[in-house]
This record gives sequence, C-alpha cells and structure tokens, in this order.
Amino acid sequence: MADLRVKIAGVEFKNPVIPASGAFGYGREYEQFYPLSRLGGISVKGTTLHERQGNPGPRIAETPAGMLNSVGLQNGGVEKFLSYELPSLVTKDTRIIANIAGSTVEECAELAERLKGSAVDMIELNISCPNVKQGGAAFGTDCAVAGQVTRAVKDASDKPLMVKLSPNVTSITDIAKSVEANGADALSLINTLLGMRIDIKSRRPILKNNVGGLSGPAVFPIAVRMVWQVSNSVKIPIIGMGGISTYEDAVEMMMAGAGAVQIGAAIFSNPYAPIEIIEGLDKWCDENGVKSISEIVGTVKPW
Amino acid sequence: MYRQGKYPITQKCAAAKGIFDITVKCPEIAAEAEAGQFAQIAAEGFFLRRPISICDIDRTNGTIRFVFEVRGKGTEKISELNKGDMIDIIAPLGKGFKALGSDKKAVCIGGGIGTPPMLGIAKKYGKRAAVISGFRTSSIAILQEDFKAAGAETILCTDDGSAGVHGFVTDALKSYLKSAKPDIIYACGPMPMLKGIVDIAEKYGIETQVSLEQRMACGVGACLGCVCRTVKDGKEIYSHVCKDGPVFDSKEVDLNG
Repeated sequence: MADLRVKIAGVEFKNPVIPASGAFGYGREYEQFYPLSRLGGISVKGTTLHERQGNPGPRIAETPAGMLNSVGLQNGGVEKFLSYELPSLVTKDTRIIANIAGSTVEECAELAERLKGSAVDMIELNISCPNVKQGGAAFGTDCAVAGQVTRAVKDASDKPLMVKLSPNVTSITDIAKSVEANGADALSLINTLLGMRIDIKSRRPILKNNVGGLSGPAVFPIAVRMVWQVSNSVKIPIIGMGGISTYEDAVEMMMAGAGAVQIGAAIFSNPYAPIEIIEGLDKWCDENGVKSISEIVGTVKPW
Repeated sequence: MYRQGKYPITQKCAAAKGIFDITVKCPEIAAEAEAGQFAQIAAEGFFLRRPISICDIDRTNGTIRFVFEVRGKGTEKISELNKGDMIDIIAPLGKGFKALGSDKKAVCIGGGIGTPPMLGIAKKYGKRAAVISGFRTSSIAILQEDFKAAGAETILCTDDGSAGVHGFVTDALKSYLKSAKPDIIYACGPMPMLKGIVDIAEKYGIETQVSLEQRMACGVGACLGCVCRTVKDGKEIYSHVCKDGPVFDSKEVDLNG
C-alpha cells in the first residue's frame, strides 16, 4: 500500500484522483456505483450566481476518441448548492472543490463571497468555459482580464483558490503566470478544446450551439504538453486533466507536473474509471518502488 | 439502482433486415428494471455508449431483451456481438412507463424502432391493451407475434400498404378511438408522430406518456447533455431524457424542442 495522499495549496487529498467538474454532477448519481469516500475529492458541477438553464439540445456529439459538449453551465445556482448539495456532500468524507463561473468579475467575486465560511475545501474558478457567451472563456483568453478576475475572487474568498485554464489560447503559460501573479494558489488544466461536428446529410452542425468543447482521450497529449509547459513556468501546484482514462494516463500527467488529476469524460463510458485509476496507481507505486505518489510529480526527464 | 457490468448474451437473432433481437442474462438488472427504461450499451472502439430501450424483462429467467436497429457504426458494432459474447451495459436507467390500475385500458403506439419499448408495457395490460405499430414496409414490421402472445389487440400500419392498414399510426389511432375508450396512451417514435398522437389524445382528453430520445453521454443524469424542453409548475426548464425521462407526461414536455 503506497501513500497516495497529495497536498494541493494546503489541502490534503487522500488520493490524487478527483472527478472533474461537469462530469460528475454533485456525486449523487455515481454514489449508486461506489462510495464517494473512495475519491480524493469531487469538483462539483460549475455553479453560477443564479440558476441557469444552459443551451438547447443536442448538446452532445461523439468524436474519434472523445466527445463534444455544449451544456452551457446548466445548474441550480449557488444558493441551491449551499442549501441542498453541500449539506449532503459534507457527509461523504471527501474533499469538496466548488467550481464557480460568473459572467462578470463582480459576479465571480460575489460567488466567492457566498462560499465564505462554508464547508467547501477549495474554489476552482472557471475562466475557461467555451459554451457561454459572457464570462467563461472570455476571461481565460486575455492575460489582463484573467489576472483581474483572479485577484477579485482571491480578495473575496477565504478558501484556497484554484483557477481552471482554457487551452484555447496562444500561450497558456502567459495566462498561467498572470493568474499566479494575481494570487491563485493552484491551477487546473485543461478545460475543453473548442470543436465542431457537422451532419453531412442535413449539413447542420450536430450541436445546436454549433460549437462545443472537446474532451476525452483525443485531447490527452495536448493536456500533457500544456501541464508540462505550465509547470515549468509557475511555482504553484497544478491539477492536471484532459482525456485521462487509465492509471497510466494519471502517472503520465503527474510526471508532466500535475500534483493531482481530474477525471472527466472517461466516467461517461466507464463509471468506475476514477476507482480503477486509484487502484491502478496504488499497484503501480508498489510495483515500482514508489512509496509516496507525490514523489513522481514533475519527474519527467526531458531530452 | 444503477449497475454496470458485462453480461452474457443468451439469445440473438435478426428481427428484420438491420434490426437485431438480443437477450442478456443479468438477473440483478432484470429484478429491478421496469418497462420503458433503457440501458447504455458499450460499442467496442467507440467513446460513448449507445442508449437502447429495454424491450422486455423476464424476472423469472433473469433476462432482459433488446430489439435495436443499426443506425450507425456504433450500433453496427453492437450488432456484431453473438450468443455467448459478453455485452457491457449500464442499466436500468431512467423513468419508465407508469401503468394504471388493473381495470384500465391502454393503447400502446410504436413508430418503427420506437415499437420495442411497447412490449413491456403492453404485457402489463395484456388483453386490455391495443398495440398500434407503424413501419415503412412489411419486411421491417417487428414484434407483432410477441404483442399477440401478450394478449394485446394488434393494429399494424405500413407507409406503403404492404401489410395491415395503409397509412400512419395516427390514422389508425383516429379510427380506433371512434369505437374504443382507452384510459391511457403510451407512445414512442419519431417526433412528428408523437406530436400527431398528442394532438389527437388531447382532443379526446386521454392521458398520454411519450418516450423520447436524445444524444446522450453519461446516461445517469450527471453530465446534463441530453436535454428536452419541459414545463414544470408553470416554468419552462430543460429536463434530461436519461434521468427525468425517457418517459414523460405529454403535458409536461414540449415536443417542438
């Protein structure tokens, strides 16, 4: 039994495997498959100040080794999260990461304010959702704005702040540095890559939103590359995600520089993916003489 | 309770050209599944599972049956599985049909590959059910013997008139309602068909439950991908076909999208 505990921005996780925001709801559905206490943590569904209905359907399109989604942050709003979801989540013996998204800097700050004093362990500020018209990726693709919204949330919050970055930028390291300089305690990356599929019979995009975010194994090499580049550019810890579906992927992502990993689309085809990854990591550590999983973080030896 | 596992296929046959009929031994799923629910079936080499409705449930033998059409490469892959092979499914999923009391009569209407989910609910009503099913042509008219064996009256329609009534299920429903007074209508099929049925049902004041489909990812209500527009407590909201449905009360759902 290896030591799978990891520490990110002062928060200790019992293992480095965390279902990603948007892939796991608030855990209610997947609790029917296994106890949530087995997970390192849960990054909950993106939460906004007010209830959001999201985008019209179809919201899902399959792609080679992945999928597009254009859900558009459908959620019940922060009050429902605090009054209904969080009281249940705190009983599950796992770390709770509140993923928040706002359409203005002020909204993001107000969300952080509302979460003050709550049982949330960490905030993940989503500045990278590709499926909303305001806020979302508009924050995450401009260094100055990304820094500004990070600072506003950090000032309004009493929780460790992780900022979730968009891969749809020219230089993700520049965004990462700006966010770090403005008080982020950790980074998570990558959000989905903007993509599109067209039905050649109807000549219509499959998604009603025309475009959507690509996730799944197809994006994994891009995610590894970006995590590696960002980890070489900042000092704050990184939670890596993007197409991880096996324990080998998790090991690779951690070697690239991620202190922990999030699992997203893989859960849709295999609900047990996070559990299998945790078990696989444990076995891999034992077989490779790794006493503590955190030993491997950033240990890739570049040519 | 949701379950995921690999289960053996105990029977497989072609129901018609491009339509396959498989029986899967999965006692714990069969024990809990209800008519109108569905399964997420893995297609080897494809990222997402395929949502396929449960056609029939045999609790005694611990089996469930799927009758599905090859729609694309994913369902084609599933159709290549044979008797003895293991099939990877998540089930039972979603909300199924609600059956009324034992003195009530039902009309079950299936359009094309919307017909299979009607078998489970028709069996609950037996002789108190009439099954109207419509197909493009007689060679793909499936499950008629199964409905008869369940005791239901069957009304077959074909678009080309090659068998049964020449016309759509909506035509058959109109003439059926001239003499019969069912308490409920169950329907599954293409959107225009469902709209037509709901229009007729509203004129006659008959409660109607419709089963919908949508492009889906998780199948369990987590990803929020498979939306349909519904009205709840006077408020328009996006509901999710996988968890809130696939069966909806026709009064709650906006069939225009």
